[in-house]
Amino acid sequence: MAHKTIVEDGIDVLVVGAGLGGTGAAWEARFWGKDKKIVIAEKANIDRSGAVAQGLYAINCYMGTRWGENKPEDHVRYARIDLMGMVREDLLFDMARHVDSTVHQFEEWGLPIMKDPKTGRYLREGRWQIMIHGESYKPIVAEAAKKSADKVFNRICVTHLLMDDGKKNRVAGAVGFNVRTGDYHVFKAKTVICGAGGASNIFKPRSVGEGSGRTWYAPWSSASAYGLMIDAGAKMTQMENRIVLARFKDGYGPVGAYFLHLKTYTQNCLGEEYESKWFPALQQMVGKEYLDPEASHLTHRPIPTCLRNHCIISEVNAGRGPIHMVTMRAFQDPHLEEVGWENFLGMTIGQAVLWASTDVDPKNENPELTTSEPYVMGSHATGSGAWCSGPEDVSPPEYFWGYNRMTTIEGLFGAGDAVGGTPHAFSSGSFTEGRLAAKAACKYIDDGKAEGIVVSDGQINRRKKEIYKPLEHYKTYRNAIVAGDVNPHYINPKQGLDRLQKLMDEYCGGVTVNYMTNEKLLNIGLKKLAIMEEDLEKLAAEDNHELLRAWELKHRHRAAECVTQHTLFRKETRWPGYYYRGDAMKVDDANWHVLTVSRRDPESGEYTMEKAPCYHLVAEGE
Amino acid sequence: MPTFVYMTRCDGCGHCVDICPSDIMHIDKTYRRAYNIEPSMCWECYSCVKACPQHAIDVRGYADFAPLGHSVRVHRDEEKGTIAWRIKFRNGTEKNFLSPITTKPWGTAIPKLADVPGPSREMRDSQLLYGEPKDIRLDDGGLHTLQSAGLKLKKGVYY
Ligand SMILES: Cc1cc2nc3c(=O)[nH]c(=O)nc-3n(C[C@H](O)[C@H](O)[C@H](O)COP(=O)(O)OP(=O)(O)OC[C@H]3O[C@@H](n4cnc5c(N)ncnc54)[C@H](O)[C@@H]3O)c2cc1C
Ligand code: SF4
Ligand code: SF4
Repeated sequence: MAHKTIVEDGIDVLVVGAGLGGTGAAWEARFWGKDKKIVIAEKANIDRSGAVAQGLYAINCYMGTRWGENKPEDHVRYARIDLMGMVREDLLFDMARHVDSTVHQFEEWGLPIMKDPKTGRYLREGRWQIMIHGESYKPIVAEAAKKSADKVFNRICVTHLLMDDGKKNRVAGAVGFNVRTGDYHVFKAKTVICGAGGASNIFKPRSVGEGSGRTWYAPWSSASAYGLMIDAGAKMTQMENRIVLARFKDGYGPVGAYFLHLKTYTQNCLGEEYESKWFPALQQMVGKEYLDPEASHLTHRPIPTCLRNHCIISEVNAGRGPIHMVTMRAFQDPHLEEVGWENFLGMTIGQAVLWASTDVDPKNENPELTTSEPYVMGSHATGSGAWCSGPEDVSPPEYFWGYNRMTTIEGLFGAGDAVGGTPHAFSSGSFTEGRLAAKAACKYIDDGKAEGIVVSDGQINRRKKEIYKPLEHYKTYRNAIVAGDVNPHYINPKQGLDRLQKLMDEYCGGVTVNYMTNEKLLNIGLKKLAIMEEDLEKLAAEDNHELLRAWELKHRHRAAECVTQHTLFRKETRWPGYYYRGDAMKVDDANWHVLTVSRRDPESGEYTMEKAPCYHLVAEGE
Repeated sequence: MPTFVYMTRCDGCGHCVDICPSDIMHIDKTYRRAYNIEPSMCWECYSCVKACPQHAIDVRGYADFAPLGHSVRVHRDEEKGTIAWRIKFRNGTEKNFLSPITTKPWGTAIPKLADVPGPSREMRDSQLLYGEPKDIRLDDGGLHTLQSAGLKLKKGVYY
């Protein structure tokens, strides 16, 4: 098969994946790099790509510092407690001190933000969340990115990062293919900002068959940010910290506005409050430092999200499911009812479709809740991702190597889900991180750090061959069988995805095993993942669309391997409710009050695991 | 399905193909009309539904949990800056919602950063981003630092 090669040379800042992080990066890069060539390579169409494609009804990270509502350090403390102590406080502080300026820009650009008629301030959903009419959130930020970029390449699935052949461990661009034309695209760039998003569909979803696209995180969140960075040899952190969401059953409709704004609450099948019942035993697992309901009550310190999940899981296991959201009272108020529905329409339309199809009107009936399958991401209430440098005025030496949000690969930056240790950044924080990375990338170039990059033809040709291998493989072996998908020489991407999800579910703590795993299971999982990698060499793609799925699967597989390595390394159950290590059920602060860091050697495929210090940011006298 | 295309309405314009984040709206070669080639990778995000000028695309809830007989229709109007939803329950109940999508006409409000004055040396060396500190709208105008917040990093915990 002859595939045309298209080379885009002389790029200064290449943005890979233009979701919320990538659009922020492209937008800001133009200001610091007026003379620079800024290019976007995006798998879909940036107008509706990424986790925000369908819209959002809230911006979950806004300080409101101008009204004295919160200070950046308050947000750090909040994220710290929610993640059981394990966050990069330098990165969080840095994001939080800039995030308000991002949100104010959004408003200037026309994003409708709801106001409190009494105070004139943004209408709060909770302490950190503000309510928006966010159907067009993504098209609005995409417009900003398009106005800044020299070129936008839509429908390019980036498969690999290019590395400098002259200097070890320095990035030199990226390669991929056009999902529509099949052309091979080479982007030679001085810096790369990776914003290719988090990972859904690594674990078996609760939905089956036709419905298996109904995952909470978008099915196109293909773990590419992780796959690309891990393959290039970047250090990763907190990959064990996968997230499980408590959401409306089947549709995964959001619950934030329901709890916080509509003041709904949950109960078990007997109509009882169940959460507090699980606290005493849970406190023995995690320690009073992380779960102290009395102190929480007095200080409004939140109960960590994972621990609340634990209560739902335990109550259902005790035979007192389903858990219901009590909506009937709140929905008698027509205004609140409207908010409840529009919340779905602006964020998770599938939930509205579900209620319409099952005649569930929350005004007359309390709907069911459930816990989702696990996801891996770095911007929601969880912090998986690359180990990145922080800002120079905040970070201690272990967290600082010169350029903000630069990974351990020179010239490679991250934003949003790609960055580890920065939970609770959400959409606005991801955009902000993109801006921070863009400024740093321009500085890196201006400092002459990207001089003399060499990309050999050998590297470009090797990648080209690798990318199209699934198409070749299909062509070669398709006619060995009469028809159908069952072939002794290959598996197709869907079959591969099914295998990945099954093994991650069973060995790494998915829904069917109640989020439970242990050392033995994880080791078996790693073995199976390694064998699966051999089969991925024999992946077959019938057309360009399947080739896209093939590379998404490879990225998912790599991320899954890293997640399993991390889960094995941290010998404790740090986040009960997200996953359990059956052989180490307690939080072990004496040994594991650390951030975990991994690196996969690109040549040997071996992982090196280490512990990195966890620094806390505290006010004097706290 | 979950999205499907009404044969008589689609004219094969390809807007849905252009927008679908999952790359699953394709033009059928025989009929030259669009269809969803991989329903199990559809998120019911409605991006294609909103983009279709013919209102030819509809959604039938996921077969593994959604019974037949419902509909959720949408009309997004960029000129008016609104989005309208009509939800029909299986039992015939109907709910209608209308919300704004933007407060400013498209293409007018976002500046081109290439046209604004460039950053000063001082800004480059500081922690400020474009538009800051003004955009943070702090009365004292400053960006938070550890010092201004009276913070210091407690020693790393390292076991
Ligand atoms: C249902 C739901 C509800 C949410 N609710 C809220 C909320 O209320 N408030 C809030 O603030 N946040 C919310 N979030 C979180 C928010 O959407 C994310 O934090 C944010 O979008 C993460 O930004 P990102 O840039 O890292 O990833 P994304 O926005 O997902 O962007 C990743 C981009 O990379 C592209 N890409 C992927 N792979 C490749 C590849 N191989 N090559 C090229 N491009 C690629 C994708 O197409 C996409 O455009 C919600 C998310 C979901 C799914
Ligand atoms: S609803 Fe979304 S994912 Fe499904 S076909 Fe339309 S655009 Fe694609
Ligand atoms: S946008 Fe509508 S009319 Fe155009 S191809 Fe798609 S379904 Fe057909």
